[in-house]
Amino acid sequence: MIYDPPETAPLHEDRLGGDSLPGLYVHIPFCVSKCPYCGFYSVTDLSRIPAYLTALRREMDLCRRWVECFDTLYIGGGTPSVLPAEELEGLITALRGTFTIAAGAEITVETNPADITPGLLAELRRAGVNRLNIGVQAFDDATLAFLGRRHSSSQAVAAVQLARETGFPNIGLDLIYGLPPSSISAWLAALDKAVGLAPDHISCYQLTPEAGTPLAERCRLGEIILPGESLQADLFLKTSEFLEEKGYIHYEVSNFARPGAESRHNSKYWDHTPYLGLGPGAHSFRGRERRWNHPSLPGYLKDLAAGRPPVEAAEVLTDGQLRLEALFLGLRTKRGIDLKDYRRRYRYDLLTKKGKTIASLAEQGLAEIRNGFLRPTRAGMAVADSLALI
Amino acid sequence: MNNIRNFSIIAHIDHGKSTLADRLIQYTGVVEDRNFQDQILDNMEIERERGITIKSQAVSLPYQAKDGRSYTLNLIDTPGHVDFTYEVSRSLASCEGVLLLIDAAQGVQAQTLANLYLAMEHDLAVIPVINKIDLPSADVERVIEQIDSELGLDPDTHLKCSAKAGIGIEDILEAVVERVPPPKGDPAAPLAALIFDAKYDSFRGTVIHCRIFAGTVKAGDIIRLMYNNATYRVEEVGRFLLQRQKRESLSAGDVGYIIAGVKTVSDVRTGDTITLDNRPCPKPLPGFKEVKPVVFASIYPIASDDYEDLAVSLEKFKLNDASFIYEKDSSAALGQGFRCGFLGLLHLDIVQERLEREYDLSIILSVPSVRYRFTLNDGTVLLVDNPAHYPDPASIAMSEEPYIRAAMMLPERYLGAVMKLCMEKRGVNSTLNYPNPGRAELAYEMPLAEVIFDFYDRFKSVTQGYGSFDYDLIEYRESNLILLDILVNGEKVDALSQIVHRERARARGLQACERLKEEIPRQMFKIAIQGAIGGEIVSRTTISPFRKDVIAKCYGGDITRKRKLLEKQKKGKKRMKMIGNVSIPQSAFLAVLKSDTE
Repeated sequence: MIYDPPETAPLHEDRLGGDSLPGLYVHIPFCVSKCPYCGFYSVTDLSRIPAYLTALRREMDLCRRWVECFDTLYIGGGTPSVLPAEELEGLITALRGTFTIAAGAEITVETNPADITPGLLAELRRAGVNRLNIGVQAFDDATLAFLGRRHSSSQAVAAVQLARETGFPNIGLDLIYGLPPSSISAWLAALDKAVGLAPDHISCYQLTPEAGTPLAERCRLGEIILPGESLQADLFLKTSEFLEEKGYIHYEVSNFARPGAESRHNSKYWDHTPYLGLGPGAHSFRGRERRWNHPSLPGYLKDLAAGRPPVEAAEVLTDGQLRLEALFLGLRTKRGIDLKDYRRRYRYDLLTKKGKTIASLAEQGLAEIRNGFLRPTRAGMAVADSLALI
Repeated sequence: MNNIRNFSIIAHIDHGKSTLADRLIQYTGVVEDRNFQDQILDNMEIERERGITIKSQAVSLPYQAKDGRSYTLNLIDTPGHVDFTYEVSRSLASCEGVLLLIDAAQGVQAQTLANLYLAMEHDLAVIPVINKIDLPSADVERVIEQIDSELGLDPDTHLKCSAKAGIGIEDILEAVVERVPPPKGDPAAPLAALIFDAKYDSFRGTVIHCRIFAGTVKAGDIIRLMYNNATYRVEEVGRFLLQRQKRESLSAGDVGYIIAGVKTVSDVRTGDTITLDNRPCPKPLPGFKEVKPVVFASIYPIASDDYEDLAVSLEKFKLNDASFIYEKDSSAALGQGFRCGFLGLLHLDIVQERLEREYDLSIILSVPSVRYRFTLNDGTVLLVDNPAHYPDPASIAMSEEPYIRAAMMLPERYLGAVMKLCMEKRGVNSTLNYPNPGRAELAYEMPLAEVIFDFYDRFKSVTQGYGSFDYDLIEYRESNLILLDILVNGEKVDALSQIVHRERARARGLQACERLKEEIPRQMFKIAIQGAIGGEIVSRTTISPFRKDVIAKCYGGDITRKRKLLEKQKKGKKRMKMIGNVSIPQSAFLAVLKSDTE
């Protein structure tokens, strides 16, 4: 019999994070131009790239002993593809030199269709990138203009085809929905076009006004009116129905994949697997500590120039916080929460503590318990935030 | 005694009472400027925030007058709401004069008049003071005219000041010396001291605030409280100079405090007379009334784990609020709690807020109720202030509810609207007088239940603040009463039940459903709200569910941001009571009583 400590015993850090190896994230905080909806940190002064890459190497050195081995690497941004192809390749090589990256690791790079050239893709393939994420966002030029994108619809289509020809085993598209005016039929047509390109992974993000962005300001002024909750719900549910019909599993609120093509890296964020984030604003997590870097490039560069870790702040999660995170993250996924595993890792028995609430959620068709997992239904995933507050 | 003056400041709300008190205190140097803070007499955070005085306060101002003599000017601050009319009357009874403060821009207002009448009832010298004369919108001439025509006072007696700018303060102090008569009374006579307030001090027990009308009291005396004949040995007497200042004795004419080992403020009654045990005065000072709660509601902790904390907090709270009473209670929907009695809805509101703020508790109050009287078939008489204890309707021979006589003063132009409101509130037997041209004095007999719930707010609103209102309980009268239940998703919520007049039941049921629909946030599933009488559903509404709330992105590794958002929501949800699977916010319980005409 396995000794099961009581709920009052402190959580053991080594019990957190499941069984997979940690993930490594590298942030490239540069964009050719800023999109009005994007709340991520980036700068458009590309002349600072060399200084940044120097600082990044220093940060890598400082973190060299952070963990034994990673089995995913994700280069995101910003726009990583604004880096010259050889720099990107050089970066990946350097990362491999500093850290141990497991054989067969998932290596993702985010790209803008406008940057995609046969040369870049070939370089990335050579560097071992096996998952290419393409920021397609939309398939009509008016929408792309509204979103402030610098690529055209035809460039996006060509980029996906080129990636396919180059032989990337996992190609993912990012799409945005819920733009005004929003019609379900127009969105489904865009999804159909995406499916026609046969990607392995599709992320569908609902347009949300992020504080401090031009979009948020225009919403505040009433210049832009985003769809109401009812239409949002319809869009969300239709997206799910449509893509699942086409063989893409709705495995997380915003993410769809062919079976087996789920993002292994992103999944680590959702189950407390450790991850190391490098670059401005990047977050790292291990055990019960989460820390994050200075979100701005100058602050980041200054710290590293002085040989200091560019960490802005850190927090040590309480048991309650770990439980809440595991709950809300788990309920964003189709897999749901492994109740036995949850009890083991977080010393909290959802079934005995929240059985009545869960039963009522099941009755409302928002959640179900199957094979020991508490899973959101499709309708439940649409209200996952509230599910997490049970 | 000739160098003592006892006075109070009375005013309509926001006419600058606390600011003037601050200025008088500063001018006479009771507090050094560096220790000064605004609204210095409003000790409680909640008083400063709401700009109302809840507890009476007193301060002795040392003043060197132009006549070359030194005076002690005792300023007694008074609470300013109809729930506390009795406390005001006891404070005024302790004075010989008042400063009647009038805003130079707003002129005479409802409470200006209501307060003037109170002062006149006590035969006090009235000094009209026009405040805020430095405002661009000030119209001093108009106010002088009003002092004559509306207040019936000699307009030549007015003073002008700006409490905020510190203009005219010395003239006010001089006028207090010259125009407020010195107190009378024989220091050698048997002790007669009027209690106008009491405060709890965790080191000294109850500090009794009093005005000595006759005799002398000093440490070591055995005093007797005439209401209950309890005796105590005096430990200390003194005056208030913001802090207590110990003195040898207090004599006729003085305003000050007595500390005599009284354990809780509930052991003393505002308005009671203190005398000496071995040499009592022949009869108590006039005007004593035992204040009884008229509004009852149950308090429950939102988290049932907090029950013990709530119990301890109520006990502590009670130490300083004699008019608050409570006993154990339990609810099928809300669990263990306490049934509490209050002077009125404002008092209830203040108690709730202070419990939450000063004792850090999250509480739910049930729908407030008055105390009904039921005579059963077997002759038993039941007093019921909790709808949960409403007797089996088949066993009731007679139902009665408390009635009050409401006295209202208002400009004639609002008469129609006020009469309509009173009729709507089941008012009967009205009388109407015109004490001054253009001014009406209206009285109605009304069920207390109709008056305490949202009458006062609506009265103020239909008279645009120009009406004053006061009431006295008169008697119980037979009334056709029934129990209105509220069901949330089919589950009866006893804390939302009300005893109502049969003719009003359907309308009240509908109103309750509508209010709850506004107060209860949408949830993940449909919520049905029903009003029921006996087994019959008389009203219903539904709250449609929301279908989407999830934010699309959970940024990279930044789980923290999202978690903080959820933690905040969770905290908000903790302030709601779960009934079945529905979260009901605190506000819902009081909102069911509000009418929709607001």
